Amino acid sequence: MTGTDTPPADPAGEVRDWRRALLEAVAEGNSVTVTVLAFVAAIVVGGLLIAFTDPTVLRHFSHFFSAPGSALGAAWSSASGAYTAMFRGAVLDIHTVNAALHGGSVSAVFAPLSETFLNATPLILAGLAVMLPFRCGLFNIGASGQFIGGAIVAGYLGFAVQLPPVIHVVVAVAGGVAGGAACGWLIGYLRARTGANEVITTIMFNYVAQYLLLYLLGTQVFRRPKRIDPISKVVHGTARLPHIAGGSLRVNFGFVIALAAAAGVSWLMRRSTLGFELRTVGANPDAARAAGMNVERSFVIVMMLAGALAGLAGAAVVLGQDFSLTPGIYGTYGFDAITVALLGRGTALGVVLAALLYGGLHAGGVQMQAATQTPIDIVTVIQAVVVLFIAAPPLVRTIFRLRGQKSGPEEKAALKVVGA
Amino acid sequence: MKLELRGITKRFGSLVANDHIDLTVEPGEIHALLGENGAGKSTLMNILYGLTRPDEGDILIDGQEVVFHRPKDAIAAGIGMVHQHFMLVPVFTVAENVVLGAEPTNHLGLLDRRRARQDVLRVSEEYGLAVDPDALVENLPVGVQQRVEIIKSLLRDANLLILDEPTAVLTPGETEDLFEIMRSLKASGRSIVFITHKLKEVQAMADTITVIRQGRVVGTLPPTSSDETLASLMVGRSVRFVPEKEAVVVGEPVLQVRRLRVADDLGHIAVNDLSLEIRAGEILGIAGVQGNGQTELCEALVGLRAIEDGSFAVAGRDLTRTSTRDVLHAGVGYIPEDRQAEGLVTEFSVAENLTLDTYDEPPFSHGIALDLDAIDASARERVQQFDIRTESIRTPASSLSGGNQQKVVVARELSRNVKLLIASQPTRGVDVGSIEFVHQRIVEERNKGAAVLLVSTELDEIAALADRVAVMYEGRIVAFRPPDVGREELGLLMSGAQPGDADAAVSTTTTSSP
Repeated sequence: MTGTDTPPADPAGEVRDWRRALLEAVAEGNSVTVTVLAFVAAIVVGGLLIAFTDPTVLRHFSHFFSAPGSALGAAWSSASGAYTAMFRGAVLDIHTVNAALHGGSVSAVFAPLSETFLNATPLILAGLAVMLPFRCGLFNIGASGQFIGGAIVAGYLGFAVQLPPVIHVVVAVAGGVAGGAACGWLIGYLRARTGANEVITTIMFNYVAQYLLLYLLGTQVFRRPKRIDPISKVVHGTARLPHIAGGSLRVNFGFVIALAAAAGVSWLMRRSTLGFELRTVGANPDAARAAGMNVERSFVIVMMLAGALAGLAGAAVVLGQDFSLTPGIYGTYGFDAITVALLGRGTALGVVLAALLYGGLHAGGVQMQAATQTPIDIVTVIQAVVVLFIAAPPLVRTIFRLRGQKSGPEEKAALKVVGA
Repeated sequence: MKLELRGITKRFGSLVANDHIDLTVEPGEIHALLGENGAGKSTLMNILYGLTRPDEGDILIDGQEVVFHRPKDAIAAGIGMVHQHFMLVPVFTVAENVVLGAEPTNHLGLLDRRRARQDVLRVSEEYGLAVDPDALVENLPVGVQQRVEIIKSLLRDANLLILDEPTAVLTPGETEDLFEIMRSLKASGRSIVFITHKLKEVQAMADTITVIRQGRVVGTLPPTSSDETLASLMVGRSVRFVPEKEAVVVGEPVLQVRRLRVADDLGHIAVNDLSLEIRAGEILGIAGVQGNGQTELCEALVGLRAIEDGSFAVAGRDLTRTSTRDVLHAGVGYIPEDRQAEGLVTEFSVAENLTLDTYDEPPFSHGIALDLDAIDASARERVQQFDIRTESIRTPASSLSGGNQQKVVVARELSRNVKLLIASQPTRGVDVGSIEFVHQRIVEERNKGAAVLLVSTELDEIAALADRVAVMYEGRIVAFRPPDVGREELGLLMSGAQPGDADAAVSTTTTSSP
């Protein structure tokens, strides 16, 4: 292919160029690539775990040397079967499409997506609650505590107050926002006034909130009559978040609120004076001070906003999914939120995408467990592996042989000269 | 050792960092390499030290062609390098650092600490490099750490020392000590390549000066060349060192400081009972050795540091306990001494940095919404007006050169209508072209009727700009002097001599000298 007589119609060359261009783009090793590849690596590790914890596969492997093909085949079918089931539970099940075409239920087609969106709703909000302070230089480990603060107030307003339909849900949601914001404010105030490290105070406050919730569930005001286990009264129908895709699908207005909140946060950070202040404080607090910004006030404001978002997540769960308060209502949202914020690379859009991914993993995990008996814990493993890989970009670059930002002394010297 | 570089060329992509550079360093010569940041000095030295391979050209030592693949080869050939940022292990002692990589061992194969110590002592005595071999490097001042680097090279039998911007990190006193060491090295027959962009230093120390601009040698001159000649070669156009100052009728007092007391971070009094006054159209230069309370004074005046006692007013308005924001709004411009720590958010774009303290005022915002178009438009205008060399207004400030970063700070502060400008070390680490520009802008503000408080450790800067000089020592103003005050007297005052003593000392020297 060295001849120059046929260059215009050389498909191989064209393909090579195209692949080269793609490779160049991928090999730049930017953070989006690393994020995606971290996820790919996690799926592979998860697949191996699924295969090698499956008793059937292990039985095949005991005859590995006599029948290697059947052993590998069994491993493949185990992992692919589990992932297919997961996909069916999270995105689309082709059987329901067929059924719908033959007169079945149309909403069944959208049931998996509805579950994904439902799961993603609190994750988006809690993820924003971690991401926003992060941009201001604070690490909010306390989304869980603020979530509980919001859930308590929203839940209380939901079952203890009688109000007309639309007004009731608005009041309850607003209460959740206020409850979370109050919790966040406290953290921000402690940091601004006393310099107390927010990592410590948020972790401690998580326990305070958990035990406060447990205590409240034992009181007359909260406890459901004729129940001895700690569970609250049921939220009135008027205070529930309305469904947005018909009664048979669980996805509700909370998802719309979460998307709106993400858009709001995005606007705030990029287009508002407050966001500019928060970003400056996060990037260089000394320069922020010298430019006349009030760093302490920024800390209080950003933690209040974070608390409001986490409180909104709590409201979305208690008014949209659970309809009552239980001691475990905060689930793993607080810590998943950190992962989501990390995976989302500190932008609102990234948080939404990461939350959808996690929501999908959870929704699909349920289906996977039902269909293939693969334990849903594998979802947790995949999440953990994603975080592991994201926290170590060089590891991902090494595995996928990306040209990283790693540079030798010569390159560094060159960069220095060019940059000067 | 005679070193010759012939036709050295190095390209990085489309950028030619070194373009056919010829350079000869004679034995026992101090050869200064003068050029602005980015002129290609460091690349050339990295080639010479084996850190970078040239694309073309030869290196000859005593007439023999040599090829350096790595620093080890260069060291073996007798070349030593003292980097701008030292390569020392902070938690090791001086002796340990010096032998690192070439550890002397006893017959058991164990580290011979005694010999390491002796080596250090021997070399430090021979060349007057006073260093305690048992001191931990992290406890040593920068100037002494630099000596450790020099000893390290000498113990590896370096006949040619490359000093990369050695004075950038030193105080004036330490610089003098370094020059003394350089002279004794020269006397022992060693050659020195001295990289710098400071004219005074090359004139004082060099035997030959090679000026590099944009990767090319643009001239080889004797040290007797004038400032103007050297600077114009270096920058590529004529440079005016002392900005033209119109005679201005000084007006009303703008800054009035009364018996100010300010504590430093450790709670010690850093500014002690300090009073001063600056009038409209006047530049007051505060001369002093770094660390005599200048930093704390500036910080207190812009509301960044609590005031223990006393007061100050700007244009008649008391601002003693006012937030930084209100001080800035009252018409104070502030150029902080460390632009990367306080003046800029280096990861923000040029446009964002240009509005760092005006983002919440019209036209840059309406209510809570930023007006990104107005911010960009203003940024483009400032970039033009202040000659900020940047690829675009979206470029992060971190990728600008020091001079252009400083221009961003100056542009931002002078775009507001300032009554009082506080400029702390406004040209530290800035290239000659930008120094000239920043000086001009400061004088223009004065000509327009602003009062300027200029803090500088560079006496040249004080002499070029100030209408009045105040000498600060241990938190107090020890004397006010006219701008044409003698260097000697200033030096004495800065080192703590009483004004009376200083006058006496100067008068004795003048009477005894004829």
